[in-house]
Amino acid sequence: MSARRVVVVYWTAFSVILALLIVAPLVLPEFWRRFLTEILIWGLLAMSSDILIGYAGMVSFGHSAFFGLGMYGAAAALLLVKPPDLWLAILYGLIAAAGVAAFVAYFATRLRDIYFAITTLIFSQIFYVIIFTWTEVTGGENGLTFSRPALAIPGLFSVPFTSETLHWFVLAVVTASYLALRRITQSPFGMVLQSIRENEARTRAIGYPIERYKIGAVMLSGLFAGLAGVLYAIQNRFAAPDFVFFLISGEVIIFNVIGGIGTLVGPIVGAAFFLLLREGFSRFFTEYYLIPVGLIFIAMVIFMPQGLLGFMRRWLNQ
Amino acid sequence: MGIPLDELLQAIPLEQLLIQTVNGIVTGMILALVASGLTLIFGIMDVVNFAHGELFMLGAYVGVITLAATGNFWVALIVATLTIALLGAAIHVTTLRPLLGRDPLTTILATFGISLVLQNYALWQFGPVARKIQEPFTGHFTLFYLDYPWYRLVIALLSAAIIGALWLFLKFGTYGIWIRATTQDRVMAQAMGIPVPSVLTVVFAIGAGMAAASGVLFGPLVGVNHAMGLDWVLKAFIVVVVGGMGNLGGSIAASIFIGLLESYASLWVSPAQAVIFSFVVLILTLLFRPTGLFVPTPK
Repeated sequence: MSARRVVVVYWTAFSVILALLIVAPLVLPEFWRRFLTEILIWGLLAMSSDILIGYAGMVSFGHSAFFGLGMYGAAAALLLVKPPDLWLAILYGLIAAAGVAAFVAYFATRLRDIYFAITTLIFSQIFYVIIFTWTEVTGGENGLTFSRPALAIPGLFSVPFTSETLHWFVLAVVTASYLALRRITQSPFGMVLQSIRENEARTRAIGYPIERYKIGAVMLSGLFAGLAGVLYAIQNRFAAPDFVFFLISGEVIIFNVIGGIGTLVGPIVGAAFFLLLREGFSRFFTEYYLIPVGLIFIAMVIFMPQGLLGFMRRWLNQ
Repeated sequence: MGIPLDELLQAIPLEQLLIQTVNGIVTGMILALVASGLTLIFGIMDVVNFAHGELFMLGAYVGVITLAATGNFWVALIVATLTIALLGAAIHVTTLRPLLGRDPLTTILATFGISLVLQNYALWQFGPVARKIQEPFTGHFTLFYLDYPWYRLVIALLSAAIIGALWLFLKFGTYGIWIRATTQDRVMAQAMGIPVPSVLTVVFAIGAGMAAASGVLFGPLVGVNHAMGLDWVLKAFIVVVVGGMGNLGGSIAASIFIGLLESYASLWVSPAQAVIFSFVVLILTLLFRPTGLFVPTPK
């Protein structure tokens, strides 16, 4: 295929999928509408982690901290400021996530590969312990509940969210994030990240300040993860310490591996696949659905390391 | 806040400090047993074993079952160690051997999957209610007017004995020498006729067995439940980073250090918050000595 045709095919597919996602809430029943919105939110979180795993080659086990702090930041804005304001919630969530991301990035990027993974894991546990034990502020184990803000643009209009408008709002944020991340990965910054993944020593020798690029990558990734946390908080009207726990980070990595790392779209596909599997299996296995899902995940790590998307791509090219 | 230091120190009687010291060494030794298995597997195989805590937990459960069947704690300890070592070998052959030669990061993913499966299997099989392992002996001795159970001291000594045996095995056993040769140069070891894949399987089995043994030993101090592995694997990771990855001596020193630190910290704060002190140590280690506290400074 010529480069031009690839571009045409890409944008056609993009518009078709976007159109389908816009129409979806009008035809789906309430349960699946909610389910689809949730897939988009988890997909955004997985996509943010793909920047590190797929492009910079750093496996982060700390994304639950960014996601959770986004949730708690949004909770702070919605509980402290009356009346609750959507944009303030997003702002607070992003600030909280950025603060944590700066902290984690500063320390964890001193280490590479496995050490990076372990350190991010331990950092997310630090925040988990703090949130879990600081009951007066965070509500401890019970978390915080709050009401959903209205969808508003100051001075223009203000309507309460319905499940359709919530879906469209989430879709708009996720699409914008996807386009921004896609642009970033194709920018010189993204290219340097990929060259760090391929050969760190050589990238350093060429003269790039690797540490600064890595810190930038972790912070960028943390910001988008925090955005996903804000959306999740708005959808579910609560913030809970379970979402800071590192199992969430693990699930995010599962989304990435299942969908295909380094593709941005793959993680969303992975999230959809995982959530559907969970939905399907939990009917037969109730809460033990992680046994079959875990086995499928292990099999995919061994036999299909390029993920669903990579597998499909290879199959299409045959 | 704002309490002067000497007032804080006065508030804590000396005997309590002493008790916490002994407690800290005991938990430190258990931690050393868990962490040395982890560091052995990492140092030799480049595998970060996320499922290590689950092997610890399953070991404790096998201990519970065998104890119920035979009534003998020591039989339970040996049976649990051997069973989990076999399980470890099976896990290695089925999931980790195919990943040999791929990016070490893929092994984190695979062992994370294994840990999810094992943890949920335990929840499914044994339910959410914690089980209790009866201590093999319940005697106490007097330590500054306070009763201290003998069993805790026995745990510390047994852990030290197991780690010592491991060290002797690595130093003098034929298989131990093969293991060290494989660590140094896998390709050369293979060329010299050492069966590298089975050496790796044995290493994983030994690490798993050590995790199981520590699970059974620790069982009587707390309840046995499906989530107990998480805490330990996290602590073991901290120890392994603080002590220096793949460094057996460093892991042991770091275990005792972390054990003591957390038990002193729990004089002031709740045990759940005492973990934060280990986190701080980890951060400081990363800042000033990223290769580990107990490793000579790299030139």
